[in-house]
Amino acid sequence: MNPRSISTSLGLLIVGGVLAIALGADLLAPHDPFAQDLSQRMIPPRWMDGGTPDHLFGTDQLGRDYLSRLIFGARISLLIGTLTVVTSGLIGTTLGVVGGYFGGRTDDAVMFAITCRPAIPLILVALTVVALIGSSLTVVVLTLGLLLWERFAVVARTTTMQIRNLDYVAAARAAGASTAHILIREILPNILTHLIVVATLEMALAILLEAALSFLGLGVPPPLPSWGLMIAEGKDYMFFSPWVIMVPGIALFILVFGINLLGDGMRDLLGVSARR
Amino acid sequence: MRPVLEITNLNVGFPDGTAAVRGVSLQVMPGETHCVVGESGCGKSVTALSVMNLLPRGARRSADVMRFHDHDLTRMADRHIARLRGDKMAMIFQEPMTSLNPAYTIGSQMAEVLERHRHVSRAKGLDRAAELLGKVGITAPGMRLGQYPHQLSGGLRQRVMIAMALMCDPELLIADEPTTALDVTVQAQILRLLKSLQQQLGLALLLITHDLGVVARMAQRVSVMYAGQVVESADAKALFAAPAHPYTRGLLDCVPIPGKTAPGEPLGSIPGVVPRIGEGYVGCAFRDRCAYAAPACKGEIPRNRLSPDHETICTRSGA
Amino acid sequence: MRKFLLRRAILAVMVMLTVLVVAFALTRLSGDLAVSIAGPNATAEDVVTIRKNYGLDRPLPAQFVDWAVAAASGDLGRSYLYRAPVWGLIKERLPITVCLGLIGLGFALATAIPLGILAAMREGTLLDRAIGSVTLIGQAMPSFWLGLLLIITFGLKLQWLPISGVDTWDGYVMPGIVLAFSAIPALLRLTRSGMIEALSSDYIRTARAKGLSTSSIVLKHALRNAAMPVVSVAAVQLGFMLGGSIVIETVFALHGVGYLAWESISKNDFPVVQAVVLVLATIYVGLTLLADMMNAVLDPRLRGG
Repeated sequence: MNPRSISTSLGLLIVGGVLAIALGADLLAPHDPFAQDLSQRMIPPRWMDGGTPDHLFGTDQLGRDYLSRLIFGARISLLIGTLTVVTSGLIGTTLGVVGGYFGGRTDDAVMFAITCRPAIPLILVALTVVALIGSSLTVVVLTLGLLLWERFAVVARTTTMQIRNLDYVAAARAAGASTAHILIREILPNILTHLIVVATLEMALAILLEAALSFLGLGVPPPLPSWGLMIAEGKDYMFFSPWVIMVPGIALFILVFGINLLGDGMRDLLGVSARR
Repeated sequence: MRPVLEITNLNVGFPDGTAAVRGVSLQVMPGETHCVVGESGCGKSVTALSVMNLLPRGARRSADVMRFHDHDLTRMADRHIARLRGDKMAMIFQEPMTSLNPAYTIGSQMAEVLERHRHVSRAKGLDRAAELLGKVGITAPGMRLGQYPHQLSGGLRQRVMIAMALMCDPELLIADEPTTALDVTVQAQILRLLKSLQQQLGLALLLITHDLGVVARMAQRVSVMYAGQVVESADAKALFAAPAHPYTRGLLDCVPIPGKTAPGEPLGSIPGVVPRIGEGYVGCAFRDRCAYAAPACKGEIPRNRLSPDHETICTRSGA
Repeated sequence: MRKFLLRRAILAVMVMLTVLVVAFALTRLSGDLAVSIAGPNATAEDVVTIRKNYGLDRPLPAQFVDWAVAAASGDLGRSYLYRAPVWGLIKERLPITVCLGLIGLGFALATAIPLGILAAMREGTLLDRAIGSVTLIGQAMPSFWLGLLLIITFGLKLQWLPISGVDTWDGYVMPGIVLAFSAIPALLRLTRSGMIEALSSDYIRTARAKGLSTSSIVLKHALRNAAMPVVSVAAVQLGFMLGGSIVIETVFALHGVGYLAWESISKNDFPVVQAVVLVLATIYVGLTLLADMMNAVLDPRLRGG
């Protein structure tokens, strides 16, 4: 096996593992992630001094089981990652395909939108929106979705332009197919592989951003066990008990690392380039 | 007289298992033009690049003898060969459009050769560059020095490449298809230029080409390559007068040679394509395309010496 | 070249106009800004007063035009919280943020370019793959978490560096490293791919045929041509780093523009938020314009046209 496929398999294993944990959270979590027990606060993980067999990763400042929160946190990360990518993917792909297919003024407008997007400071605007509307999972997803579409648009646009003039598209047009039919039935399936690669890499970014927003206190609201929020809540205790930020931080790192490995592997496999 | 360049039994293999050059031997005498001719993919460029040690990474090169003057190129480290490159031996390439660095001026790219090998000042380098630009027939050389490659036509760029190769008065100039990428009229000019420079400077010229017309105009000696081997080598006159190898004959039939092909005479062609040759290939690589192929062509092929300087490898000895 | 830069400048102005609209619309998202400003404990009368005082009772287009015209002439409004002109607040804090961004970019370039060159020169080898994994790690590392790890390790355990503030120069080291981490992957990838392309080009073969030294071939002939996209992306990355400073400055308690923005967001001081969005966007657009100019200098083909 070559190194490329090893790293792709590793990525698949990580993402698959986290997905399984997220789906089976109710069965896997040893405790209720929201159940507070003030008599059981800040118990260190089992392998450290003062750890107990009952709490593998210890407990947080409110006595909630850390492992259970971590397990349910996987659900939040993946949910937000997926929903954000679906939102931004819809926006970006629509803009890109329309711009790439119609060209001319329409394309100029799309290109202009793509140029403008990165000028808007991402985290700052996301924080502001969440602060104004109120923090909830839906708001985080929609905000990030509205801000992360440009790479979809870039890739969808260039790939659409490449295949717009190919024979089978021309044939469909000659056969009298409607524009909507051509876009959805002829163009979209053929740029899908490129979009999936973008989606993977953007999902990693969305998960990191959600964690950052939650860390700054304007992501998903407590008591939801977002990994970013867990790090934020543990921050005050990290000098004496560094594990409170190590556990969720490592989980976050591994998930994002795995998604990126998978994305890179798929990109090589499908022979598409979708990097900034 | 000792040859400027002497190669015996050169072999080059690529990582994918291709044997690009198989047992090539050739000599270039001082002041002589030696043409290596063959179809694309026959290993002629790889042979030229081996001499300069410019093979792509991963390529393996071995030779019994590869000598440039007194320098044993088989034993020298690249950083020592680099001291010869651009100095005593120089090379020009097929693609004048991309062979010059787009980011630097002509003058800067030419002067740095002299700075590197002669340790002279930039001003001296530019003087020499201007002198050589004039010599290769470029008007207003002073102005050209400050120009960038994209401001020059293909023919001009190839002249610049030639001038750049001459910066240190090399003894050997290797020209790899120097005119292939150029317009026909420009091709003739560049060939004429090479020929006159060679006579003026007493250059040994190793000219790689697929064009027998070029060979007829330029060569004193010719090596015909096919599938990584030199299948025939001879004095140019002897080769055109009495080509021995069926492949050479096939090649000659394909092109009109000025003064040799009668008007109206139909041109031939060689059917088929060059086979891909792996390591350990036995037999004549041309046998599938050869009109005279015989069972013996699958075995070891003998080397025939037709005259002191006319050799061929073919089962039809003395053919 | 003048034509090329003129087109870029017009585009930049159009982008800025769009950003003005976005920054304005942003604070009107919640529906009633007056309610947001007044906070949860305000009475209905408070809201009415605020609405009147801040001119929020006028039609939206009129509000926008007033605000945009003022902003374009340098008047970014007054902070509700500090009761002072916003521009003054930003100007005070901008040096810290810009300094941090430049240090971050410096670290990032000093890491990414040599590693990218090395990876390109040894393409496909173990070293290349090892360097590639640096990219992956950088991409997966949550910057705020890395910041906390550094604080624990170098600030607390080893006590080499201050854990917050920039009273001394070494206060910039850890935040600079964290910021650099976010920019290294993109810069490294680009340097590597650009160098691979340059090193396999015909002009590099010519440079080798001229007998030039390896350092001259790599650093003078190849890097110069690989540098153009790196310059563009470095400018963009610096823009992103300034935008991302909000996280880093919060972690390291640096009182720069990012910290100001975070503070203002949590305290509903929206004129400041709006102004910071505008300032960061202006800097970003300026940086891309600067990158265009630098590329025009680097690439003689652009210079001619």
